[in-house]
Amino acid sequence: MESGTLIYEDRMAKKKAEAKVETSGAAAPPDRMALLTSMLLQRRFEERCAEAYALGRIGGFCHLYIGQEACGTGAISVLRDDDYVITTYRDHGQALARGMSPRAAMAELFGRIDGCARGRGGSMHFFDRNTNFLGGHGIVGGHVPLATGVGFAIKYRGGDQVCLCFMGESVVNTGAFHEALNMAGLWKLPVIYVIENNRYGMGTALERASAIHDIYQRGAAYDMPRGVVDGQDVLAVREKVAEAVHRARTESLPTLLEVRTYRFMGHSMSDAVSGTYRSKAELEEYMKRDPIMVLRMRMQAAGEIDDDGMAKLDADVKAIVQDAWEFADASAEPPVESLYEDVYVDSTT
Amino acid sequence: MPVITFRDALNHAIREEMQRDDRVFLMGEEVAVYQGAYKVSKGLLQEFGEMRIVDTPITELGFAGVGVGSAMVGLRPIIEFMTWNFALLALDQVVNSAAKMLYMSGGQFNIPIVFRGPNGAALQLAAQHSQAWESWLVHIPGLKVVAPGTPYDAKGLLKSAVRDDNPVIVLEGEMLYNTKGEVPSEEYVVPIGEADLKREGDHCSLITWGKSVLVALQAADQLAKEGIRVDLVDLRSLRPMDVAAIVKSVRKTNRAVVLEEGWEVCGVGAQVVDYIQRDCFDDLDAPVLRVTQADVPMPYAKNLERAAKPDVAKTVAAVKRVMYVE
Ligand SMILES: Cc1ncc(C[n+]2csc(CCOP(=O)(O)OP(=O)(O)O)c2C)c(N)n1
Ligand SMILES: [Mg+2]
Repeated sequence: MESGTLIYEDRMAKKKAEAKVETSGAAAPPDRMALLTSMLLQRRFEERCAEAYALGRIGGFCHLYIGQEACGTGAISVLRDDDYVITTYRDHGQALARGMSPRAAMAELFGRIDGCARGRGGSMHFFDRNTNFLGGHGIVGGHVPLATGVGFAIKYRGGDQVCLCFMGESVVNTGAFHEALNMAGLWKLPVIYVIENNRYGMGTALERASAIHDIYQRGAAYDMPRGVVDGQDVLAVREKVAEAVHRARTESLPTLLEVRTYRFMGHSMSDAVSGTYRSKAELEEYMKRDPIMVLRMRMQAAGEIDDDGMAKLDADVKAIVQDAWEFADASAEPPVESLYEDVYVDSTT
Repeated sequence: MPVITFRDALNHAIREEMQRDDRVFLMGEEVAVYQGAYKVSKGLLQEFGEMRIVDTPITELGFAGVGVGSAMVGLRPIIEFMTWNFALLALDQVVNSAAKMLYMSGGQFNIPIVFRGPNGAALQLAAQHSQAWESWLVHIPGLKVVAPGTPYDAKGLLKSAVRDDNPVIVLEGEMLYNTKGEVPSEEYVVPIGEADLKREGDHCSLITWGKSVLVALQAADQLAKEGIRVDLVDLRSLRPMDVAAIVKSVRKTNRAVVLEEGWEVCGVGAQVVDYIQRDCFDDLDAPVLRVTQADVPMPYAKNLERAAKPDVAKTVAAVKRVMYVE
């Protein structure tokens, strides 16, 4: 398909003009301190989520990202402001990495009016138009066609944005995944499908669910560039995603990237950390490669941070999270009169 | 006024809206090179090119989602389902993505999309290809649903659907595509949510929509010969529904029959009857009756299919029953 010559102007086009243009596939030298800060913020934020959940401040399904922070952080760090991010219900970490305010995130979890979806979405449905964060989606596989559609829209408008689509490894067994990636391969759409392979979908190990175990090889079915990377190493993730983003921007090609990681918590807050499907020993083994630790040790070895610096950073981050908590706590519940708002938008017809 | 087919009325609506707004595109199976499974998109590929008239693989769930995703970031897709029978595979995207995105995002992402295609039974297509899905779709807050029965309404409602900033379902009909009617050459739209009185009468309200409008018109003609004057309310839109028009008619006639293509249990007609009992309880001179498809999967054999479908004779009989004649 040829990109058309369309007069349609995207609201993000303005931002695009200001955004930096990448000239090569190599990622710009990473701001390692920024990556560390972002991951630490996500970690401390979600530790408080667990606390709030236990206190009944947060309800419903709540899936934590703890252990997987390097995946979203590394991937999102190479995006421009006008690019798009879409993901699953395990969305807190990625939303924060994308720049959502911790206040809006915590207020959403508390079901308050100042939440990023005005208290209508909750943990699984974070949305943020300001950062082109296209949501947290709760039907396994359901958002993957949406990402393909975003890629279609980018190509339709003749833009050079990309769409980053995160998903768990269980998604690759759904029809929606297959249908969406086939079209992206067929039409050459600028979408990067990032599979966070944390080895389990709830309690079902990958090997008990997928006919092939090297998930990235699924890309072969769609003639799609593909690869696999260590998901505990934020710099490695960043490098790989940068290549894919470059390919998407300059050649309008999709990529399927498998990021191998592990979740340190239960599937959701209502699930034990280890249990029938995985052992404590296995968990402890994986926890030795905590993504925050991995980066910190590397920075420490390079003299970029020391124990004092780390303690200071941690205190700063904790203060941000505390502020978010207090903000959420003080935020009002959505007025009951607003119940019927936003079912339909007032239309021009 | 020019007389054109229902098919051409839809075709003109799509063409005009695509000329008016370059964010609008048509996507579906066989819409481009083949010119449409039912030729609704005839000539559009030649006029608009393959970026805007897009053939897809057989991948209903996938392309419905592609439409929703593109609408999230500013495009205005028209998604064609070859028939609504196949849209069943896409219902997750229609219900869980399109209908709920605005609400779930706290008002941040509206989805201006049209899902359209033929609905209901044609002739002898048997169980899997002869289904009327409106009750499934009307059930969902966040969707609008229209079901035109004439070329005029088809063009006017499809244009409104494309311009609407919400997801709109347009239910057409294989058996309607060749029907003809007057359609003005000037620009017009039919607003979503307004019923149309297709026949005026004071004896009995006959409430219907979509393809059944044709059945109702014939029934009204037949009844007129016997001196029974039917008030034929064509709902045209099922969500939002023009309840005021229903109430106005029933208060005038004090009797009502609701005719629909689909099955009886939890059909859209059941909702119509609920509105009537709420607002016209003291006006009624007889119980409201419904004419629907028999409560079976559609059979293939000609005689069985005829027995299963609502038709003119069954409609006439129902009206007479609420009139207490015969
Ligand atoms: C279609 C569908 N089926 C089942 C579920 C229930 N469910 C929610 S998450 C989940 C496991 C998904 O695992 P994976 O894709 O690996 O993501 P992870 O939770 O590991 O991040 C299941 C079965 C669902 N939300 N949607
Ligand atoms: Mg998983």
